[in-house]
Parts: sequence; structure tokens; C-alpha cells
Amino acid sequence: MFNRRPEWRADNQPRRVTITLDGMAVEAFEGDSVAAALLSANPVFTRRSPVSGAPRAPYCMMGICFECLVEIDGVPNRQACMIPVRDGMAVKRQVPPPAVNAPAESAHES
Amino acid sequence: MKADVMVIGAGPAGLSAATEAARHGLKVMLLDEQASPGGQIYRALARNTPPPAGAPDILGEDYWRGRPLLDAIDQAAVEYVPGATVWTAETDPLTVGYLKDERSFLRAARSLIIATGAYERPVPVPGWTLPGVMSAGAAQILMKAGGAALNGRIVLAGSGPLLQLVTCQLLKSGAEIAGLLETTTTKDYLAAARHLPRALRARDLLRKGLEMRRTIKASGIRVHKGVTNLQCHGKETVDGISFESRGKPDRIEADLVLLHEGVVPHVQMSRLLDLSHEWFEPQRYWRPVVDEWGETSAKGVFIAGDGAGIDGARAAEASGRLAALQAAAQLGALPNAERDEQAGAAFAQKAKEQRIRPLLDHLYRPPAHIVCPEDPSTIVCRCEEVCVRDIHACMETGCDGPNQLKAYSRCGMGPCQGRMCGLTVSELMAKQRGVTPDEVGYYRIRTPIKPIPLSALAAMEADEEVVAS
Ligand SMILES: Cc1cc2nc3c(=O)[nH]c(=O)nc-3n(C[C@H](O)[C@@H](O)[C@H](O)COP(=O)(O)OP(=O)(O)OC[C@H]3O[C@@H](n4cnc5c(N)ncnc54)[C@H](O)[C@@H]3O)c2cc1C
Ligand code: FES
Repeated sequence: MFNRRPEWRADNQPRRVTITLDGMAVEAFEGDSVAAALLSANPVFTRRSPVSGAPRAPYCMMGICFECLVEIDGVPNRQACMIPVRDGMAVKRQVPPPAVNAPAESAHES
Repeated sequence: MKADVMVIGAGPAGLSAATEAARHGLKVMLLDEQASPGGQIYRALARNTPPPAGAPDILGEDYWRGRPLLDAIDQAAVEYVPGATVWTAETDPLTVGYLKDERSFLRAARSLIIATGAYERPVPVPGWTLPGVMSAGAAQILMKAGGAALNGRIVLAGSGPLLQLVTCQLLKSGAEIAGLLETTTTKDYLAAARHLPRALRARDLLRKGLEMRRTIKASGIRVHKGVTNLQCHGKETVDGISFESRGKPDRIEADLVLLHEGVVPHVQMSRLLDLSHEWFEPQRYWRPVVDEWGETSAKGVFIAGDGAGIDGARAAEASGRLAALQAAAQLGALPNAERDEQAGAAFAQKAKEQRIRPLLDHLYRPPAHIVCPEDPSTIVCRCEEVCVRDIHACMETGCDGPNQLKAYSRCGMGPCQGRMCGLTVSELMAKQRGVTPDEVGYYRIRTPIKPIPLSALAAMEADEEVVAS
């Protein structure tokens, strides 16, 4: 979804850290939120809605919408946009099976 | 130890409040959820270096202007705790509970200054839950905190000064903007016009706004005005946005859609404390009722900054100082005469910043089709996936208030606690019942206002004052 601006890296010299998303290595920088690190890796979605199973991704990046919930180091429902990355952090997407009474149609498919 | 003044939020309001209170010899504690100070406008400022002279300045000069606030808090005798999420508060006795590094703490205080700011008004349009659809502020957060250059075709939609600012920042960063869809109508311009004389007395703010418009115009990006019927499309991720511009249907392909309809006070804390709120019609939001110092309906509890109504960062700074001065006077650290003398400059700064607001409030009035979505399939509550049609159906079977709706449909019962659906629910119910949102009311907010692990609750650490009380 985004690259780092070269001049931002040159001016600030942020330290590299590596986290994993569902076991795959994701390169990030110290000071990134987990949500920013995930978005930089183009994950398409970061969780599925527990109600319908629809794909979701961070919406507000500031702790309001709770769309960024992920499992971090075995703890579920962590707010990824509010938690800074740490080297070696293991992040998992929460993909619950769709609920039985989930709406069959999706109104917004093009 | 009990704090004299507890400040929640380290944006411009909280930083200036804490600094000012400490200047009067008070014991001050400042809590903020973020890892570094600055709030929304100055997010990650402490970690960023301004570009060298001559290099493009993507974030703009207003961003770097927050530096003195950070320097002041560094030097002040303030116990600043970053990464501290306040999850509960009580007025009697005044107590605040926060979570830091998985541990929970309870602290007592003699006065409380809530400076938790604002957040972007949710923009419920069909397809807004698709990955690749975000708020404009979210994109700006990536630029401020992550040095992001956003990829792909970007469409921005909505209205407000922040939408203009983010568009300009994206342009400067070289992003590919496929369209700017403005929901502002000719009628809004006319309604705003009568507030122009007052705004002219805030010349530099007006100049900045006009400059942004010029930048956008000169960039040659596609701009549509009077946009309605916004709809985001895609299967697993967004691939386009359709709309009507002055009645004509249109569609733009996009990889990233950024929605924005202004910012609204973050009332979670003031609602939890059951403080008085009032409906602010021009911008269609609730704000806590405060006096000239920011004191609320609860004695010794203040709200400073955009959390009390949207006046912008410089007014937030002034209001933080005012709250701290009054708190200091009430706690006996400052005679009233000195308080008044020292408050003069802050009152003047706040008044100056407020001169442009009536113009902005009317020009960027959130449109009716956004605050009260008409398409029955529009998701209102993202957490529990409750649509417009579900809410209407509940009302037909006798549900007539937001709190009742929770029981009927689980609307507002998800992890965001109604932050994303609360305003829309009140608006929808008001329209259906033919009354004002104020009459319908808002969700009752209960503790915890942020999730707290059970293990942290069990091992809560409290100061003696809290334990004794
Ligand atoms: C996403 C976003 C971006 C913005 N960008 C700009 C901009 O670039 N330029 C501009 O002029 N205006 C901007 N604004 C407008 C903004 O409201 C400013 O006017 C200004 O930041 C308001 O200052 P404040 O001190 O009132 O609150 P804020 O700056 O919002 O600070 C509030 C602080 O409270 C903290 N907080 C909230 N809840 C809790 C809790 N439960 N526990 C602990 N801490 C908590 C937050 O982490 C935050 O740091 C932006 C607003 C938003 C929502
Ligand atoms: S992205 Fe909205 S809460 Fe994290």
C-alpha cells in the first residue's frame, strides 16, 4: 500500500525491525505501529468480520474503529494501530468462520 | 501519590495544560495512549526531523510548529506517561484507571483535565468497510508516523479543511490522485458567505485555506463538486468509487479511497462521566457543556481542546492553558487576580482562532446524505454489521432509542463501543421519528472505554488514596 519516502529514511535513520504476519517475515521500522507495518506489506485484508466473514483492514489508524484487531504473540483482539512493533513479534490475522446467520448476499460487490 | 492535576491526552491542549499547571508548583500527571507526545496534529513529531532547507516539506510548516510544545513538556516538572491508555474514570472521588505495558493502575487526582481531542466523523456509505477504504486522517497518520509515500490510484471524497490538507500533502509527496470528490454544494457556499466578514479578521487562517484550494486547482487533478451517492466497490478490496456529481452519475477506478467529513469531539470520556452535553447543529455533533475555562458540569473536571468542540490546534493550546489556570486557582495555587491577568493572552488567542470557525462550520457542513444514509444496505455499525434497513426494521417493532437498539440488534455493542455508529444511529432515529438527534440522545457509555485484559484487572495497582477511599 505504501513505500517509505527515501528522504524520510535519510533524515530520520529509523532502525529496522522484523515481525511476522501469519509466519511470513515483514520488514518494518522502529516507531511503526503494527497496523502500519502490516499495511506496508500489502496484506489485502488484516482480519475477517466475525459476523459475515467479510474482509476488513484498518480504517482510522488512531484507535477509534477497532478494525485493526489482530492476534499478537498469542493474545487475540489487540489494537494493531496503537501498538508499536517489536523485533520478532508474531502477528496473526483473525479469520473466524462466518457465523451461521451471516447475510448471504454482499450488497457492495461491483 | 495523589496528583493535583491529572491530564488525559498529550495533544496541543493536554501538553499546554500540563506545562501550565506545573508552572504553578502543582503535582501534574499527563497520560497519553500514544508512544510519543503531540496528539493528532503533531503525531510522531518527536521522531521526525524537518527536511533540510530547499527540500520539499510534505507535512508543511504547521506540523513543525508543534516543537516548542514538546520542548516545554520535556522541561516541565510533569510526570508524563506515554503508552498509557485510560480505560476508566470516576468523578466522586476523582479517579483515573489506565493500562500501561499490560498492567493496570488506578490514580486519584484533585482535578482532571480531559484533552482527548477529536476523531474523524464516520462516513457510512455503501462499501466503506472494504479494505482499501480508509479515513483521510489514516493516510495522513501513515505519512506522519511511517514516512509513507502512498501507492496506487487514490480518490479522496467528502469535505473539510483536513481533506484539503491531506490532498495537498499527498500531492506534494508525489502520490497519484485519481480524483477529489467534494460533497460541498453551492448552497453551502452561500450559507458560509455571511460568515466571511468575521473570518476576514482571521486573515492568515483564511489565506492558508485559499492557498490549499489554489494548490489543488493548479495540480490539475480531477475535482468533482456537489457529489452525492458515494459508493465504494470491490470484492476483497476496493477497486472503484461511483457517485453523482450535480446529478450526473460517474465512476473512478481506485486502489485507495480516503473518506472524510470533518472531525467531531471524542466524547467517550465525558459520556462515561455522565457530564452534560449539547447538540451543535452547524456541524451536527455533541459537545460537552463547558464554561469559559473549560470546566464541565462536574466541579474540578475540565475539557480542553477539540474534545469540547472543534476550534483547531492553536485554540486547543490556549484552552489547555485556561483550564490549567482555573484548576490552579481552585486548588489555591494561584490568586484569582493573577489567574485573570495570566489568562488574558490565552483568551485572546482562542477568540482569534474562533473567528474563522463559523465560516468553516457552515461551508463544510456534513451533508444530510452522509449523516443520515439512505441506501438501506449501508452498514452503520461496522463491528456488528448492522445496516440502515436493520435499524428501520427495529424501529418498526417499537425500538425508539439508541440504548434500546443495542438489545434489539447488537448495534453499538462491538469493540468500538459505538464510536463508529453512534452519531449515525442518533441521526437515523431522529429522522424517522421526526425529532432532533438531541431528543433521541446517545448511547450510554460504560466502563471500560478501552478493552482491558482480565489479568491486568486482577493485578490492579492503586495508590493509597484510592484504596483508602
Ligand atoms: C486523524 C486526525 C488528524 C489531524 N491532523 C491535523 C493536522 O494535520 N492539522 C490540523 O490543523 N489539525 C489536524 N487535526 C485536527 C485536530 O483535532 C487538531 O485540532 C488538534 O490535534 C486537537 O488538539 P487536542 O489537544 O484537542 O487533541 P489531540 O491532538 O487529538 O490529542 C488527544 C490525545 O489524547 C489521547 N487520548 C485519547 N483518548 C485517550 C485515552 N482513552 N487514554 C489515553 N490517551 C487518550 C490521544 O492519543 C491523543 O494523543 C487532526 C485530527 C484528526 C482526528
Ligand atoms: S485502525 Fe481504527 S482502531 Fe486501529
